[in-house]
Amino acid sequence: MLFSKKHRIITLVPAVAILLCLFMALPALAKSEKKPYKIGGIFAVTGPASFLGDPEKKSMEMAVDQINAAGGIDGHMLEAVIYDTEGDPSKGVMSVNKLINRDQVIAIIGPSTTPVTLAVMPIVQRAQIPFISCAAGNKIVQPINPWVFKTAQSDIQAVATIYRNLQSRNMKKIAIVSVENAFGESGREQLLAQAKDFGLAITKAETYGAKDTDMTAQLTKIRQDDPDAIVCWGTNPGPAVLAKNIQQLGLDIPLYQSHGVASPKFIELAGTAAEGIMLPTGKILVADLIADTDPQKQVLDSYISDYEKQFNTGVSGFGGYAYDGMKILAAALNGSDGNKAKIREAIENTKNHVGISGVFTFSPTDHNGLSPDAFVMVRIKDGKWELVE
Amino acid sequence: MQEILQYLFSGITNGAIYAVIAIGFSMLYNSTELINFAHGEFVMLGALCMVTFFGALHLPLVVALVASIVCIAATGLVFERLAIRPVRHPEPIVLIIITVGASIFLRGIGMIIWGKDAHTIPSFSAHPPLDIAGAKLLSQSIWIIIILLATIIGLQLFYKKTLTGKAMEANAISKRAAWIVGIPSKMMIMLAFGLSTAIGGLAGVIIAPVTMSSYDMGTMLGLKGFCAAMLGGLGSLWGALLGGFLLGILEALGVGFVSSGLKDATAFLLLLFILYVKPGGIISAASAKRF
Repeated sequence: MLFSKKHRIITLVPAVAILLCLFMALPALAKSEKKPYKIGGIFAVTGPASFLGDPEKKSMEMAVDQINAAGGIDGHMLEAVIYDTEGDPSKGVMSVNKLINRDQVIAIIGPSTTPVTLAVMPIVQRAQIPFISCAAGNKIVQPINPWVFKTAQSDIQAVATIYRNLQSRNMKKIAIVSVENAFGESGREQLLAQAKDFGLAITKAETYGAKDTDMTAQLTKIRQDDPDAIVCWGTNPGPAVLAKNIQQLGLDIPLYQSHGVASPKFIELAGTAAEGIMLPTGKILVADLIADTDPQKQVLDSYISDYEKQFNTGVSGFGGYAYDGMKILAAALNGSDGNKAKIREAIENTKNHVGISGVFTFSPTDHNGLSPDAFVMVRIKDGKWELVE
Repeated sequence: MQEILQYLFSGITNGAIYAVIAIGFSMLYNSTELINFAHGEFVMLGALCMVTFFGALHLPLVVALVASIVCIAATGLVFERLAIRPVRHPEPIVLIIITVGASIFLRGIGMIIWGKDAHTIPSFSAHPPLDIAGAKLLSQSIWIIIILLATIIGLQLFYKKTLTGKAMEANAISKRAAWIVGIPSKMMIMLAFGLSTAIGGLAGVIIAPVTMSSYDMGTMLGLKGFCAAMLGGLGSLWGALLGGFLLGILEALGVGFVSSGLKDATAFLLLLFILYVKPGGIISAASAKRF
């Protein structure tokens, strides 16, 4: 034995003293400052999808600031850890791994696009982390993945909104034109699938290339069946070319567009050809036109004014996805004590959460939580949006 | 009948655009035996310059048109001077890879200057579309066809009637022989680049009112123009004209009678077919070279 009994006691005394001090200090520490909740964010802040990712990142930061200013959640402050995916699935996977392993976040919001979301879903499922995507694709929530939710409206609701309008105008025959990419394909699928439910017959289902300069050939083909309306599914600039071609050919057929062109840019591109075009859009684009009685009115107004004040730029229609995600998550964090399974369950049980993109009611069979009410129909009149009843 | 006529008009408009782009490919190949895969990007730059000069600055049409073309030709000259001429071993494959690289570079420049959004400008003249037997021909289409014909005739006159044009042609036939008789070959190559990119810019200028212009429009247009040039016979002006119209009209008929999903496939299937049965193109020079 190298140490005598006496020696051992001497070394024990300070050790016990230090331990005692620690035990006494711990509750005090916990009381004054609880560990912050770390929330991960992955958005396409740069790259081709930055028009989505940039406002989403800003909106998430704004929501976190607001929650912290109000005292956090159960005394926990929120800390956002945000990475840029550049809209690239492999970068998205890397960021998610970093968030889970290094930053040890308790929930993740984003990404901005459907391909990135689909790429990271298996990882969040394996790690069992609540995950709220800001992308639109139906495949994110169909089939249901218990840990994956999404806040953006999807094509299902947009198509239903258009079809309800067609039905109310007593239209029976329609032609559809969609762009040849993931957005157009997904819209086309929904347009074809839901037509029967609304008593509509589709006479022609044409497509166009995203970079096509002229679509008069497709229109000539469509004209032969004399449809009651044309529904176009694409993002700028294709739908504007189509609108111009319809005007040039002198076709007298009402044109419906998708929510993909719901921005002032479309009106600018299509010019006078935009007159009379109808399209579904989230309420944020027409927040000033919405009746005061609308449940979302107040949320929209405060989001828009806060956003414009904080970032000094006009509000975009897309940041709301991340804002809604953060607010829904914050509500679910209440009383969860940072337990991921509890958070997940609380998100799934969210009822009537009034957000930017609509009123969310999640359930075990619905992880998007929106109804067609999330969209309103607008008409372009004199270069401005006009609500359609 | 009315439908077929409308498909035809649609095809002629697109075909004329492809033809103007194909002329740029062809005439550069004629003088330098080089395929400039950045040609589509010069078309894009032309369209976006026009957006700035005609759309944003509201310059008179002719001034905007000339200014755009001069800008693009200058860019082409700089490109030749900085990227093509310094190459130590100017083998075709090296030069082609350089042009591919340049196309990516130019697209980036376009994105930085004009942003990622699409832009539009009004038509050159505000005439309503012509109504011919129920089919509509747009006023801009007429503009495009007139400018295409003027370009071809102008080039033809330049090659056959002017000394510079003849020198260029001589240089194309045999660089060495041309050098012996005192034709400055470097000068001729530079001139060819300037002319070819100017025509590319012109293509951009005339299609800007028809379509929406954005930084990423060039690649597909360049490929279609290349297809048209190959179809008609690379190096031949009339071949470029024929190839362009053939491609445009077949595409439109393909959309009308087969499926709109096959529109782009039509172009490339046709190209494969022509390369298989007649590698030199429809109006081919005596011997065809394959890369």
